[in-house]
Parts: sequence; C-alpha cells; structure tokens
Amino acid sequence: MTDPAATKHGPGRILIAVYGVFALAATARAGVQIATKFGDAPIAYLLSAVAAVIYCAATFALAKATVVSRKVATAAIAIELAGVIAIGAFSYAVPDDFPDATVWSHFGQGYGFVPLVLPVLGLLWLRRTR
Amino acid sequence: MVYAVVLAARDKRIDWTVLGAVGVVEVGLVAQLVVGIVQYAATDRDVSGPFFIGYLIGSLIILPIGAFWALAESSRWGAGALAIACLVIPILELRLHDLWAV
Repeated sequence: MTDPAATKHGPGRILIAVYGVFALAATARAGVQIATKFGDAPIAYLLSAVAAVIYCAATFALAKATVVSRKVATAAIAIELAGVIAIGAFSYAVPDDFPDATVWSHFGQGYGFVPLVLPVLGLLWLRRTR
Repeated sequence: MVYAVVLAARDKRIDWTVLGAVGVVEVGLVAQLVVGIVQYAATDRDVSGPFFIGYLIGSLIILPIGAFWALAESSRWGAGALAIACLVIPILELRLHDLWAV
C-alpha cells in the first residue's frame, strides 16, 4: 500500500474537481426538483437525490484520501457505476416511469455522458493509486 | 442586458490561468446575480424562478471553490482543476440563457 494521500494529487485533482461539480449540480438539481414538483415524478426525483448523496460521498471520500476514505470512495463509485447503468437501461426500457430526467437517465446523455465515464475513471484511478 | 453580462463573463474565462481573471469573472457573476434577480422580479414571463435563481447563485460558488482546490496543488493538475471549474461557468451560462428564453 502506497501513500493513500496520492489519491488527491496529480490527475486525482481533476477527477475530484469533476466529482465536486457533479456533487454540486446533482444536489442542487435534486433539491429544487423535490422542493418544487416532487409529485410530478417521485421516482426520478428520489433517484436524483440518491445520485446527489453518492456524488457528495465520492467527492469527499476522494478528497480526504485516507485508507478508510478510499474504501468509502470505492464503494460509492461502484454504486454510482451500477446506478448509471441500471437507471440508463431502465429509462430506455420503461420511459413512462421517468417523465422527467434524472442525472443518470439515458446513461447521462443530458450531461454529455460524463456520468457514465466518470465512475470508470474513478475506479481506474483508485486502482492505479493503490 | 442579462445576456451582455453573460457574454462578458464568458469572454473573460479564456484567461483562466490568471487568478485575477477568475476574480474579474467572479465580480461579473455577482453583477449577473444582481441584474438577474432584478430582471426576474420585473418580468411577467414564465421563467422558472427556483431554477433561474438557483443557477445564478450556483454559478457564484464554483470559481472560489475551484480556485481554492487548485491552489492547494501547485502543479499543472491544479491548473487543470481550475480549468474544470471555469468550464462549468459557460455551461451554467447556457442553461441560464435557456431558462431565461423559456
């Protein structure tokens, strides 16, 4: 095991910056959606909130860069990857359940597919700095 | 008028290597927030208030956090992190423009 702090340096700096942006965007989006029109698409908005929590957890865990937080980050990013694939698939299969978009709908199409690429980069980065 | 501020802020972002330029953009964003709220209060069109104001406020906090994060890493990756933060601003501006155009 090398220095766990390596997680937040070098290219990790950029990775965490992107995670921070998504944490902020997802939190703000979920907050506004739930506060203003929760009844319109409760499933989608709850998933937005879940995504927001996961992005925040991943951001802080990566930035903290301790042995424990790296495990938290790995778990959060793994859930993120599973989530974006599952929600992406479901949003195509049963679009009626997703009248309004979540961050992960259509594999993150509304965000330039970054939500799909980000967890892969995140896991690769955690592996590389192990 | 909001759009003019939007363009000004976007033009400035090219100088992202200079923290001073980021500061100038930030001042522009503060002006945009003020102008945006005034315009929002004055308009009778159906602009989505929570989203519009949310984006205005959200755009304010990106650069300071990005600059802080970038300063802690004195390498090109720090500058890259700041570039990410700067990249977010035009995206937010485009969204703001869409929200305003309805």
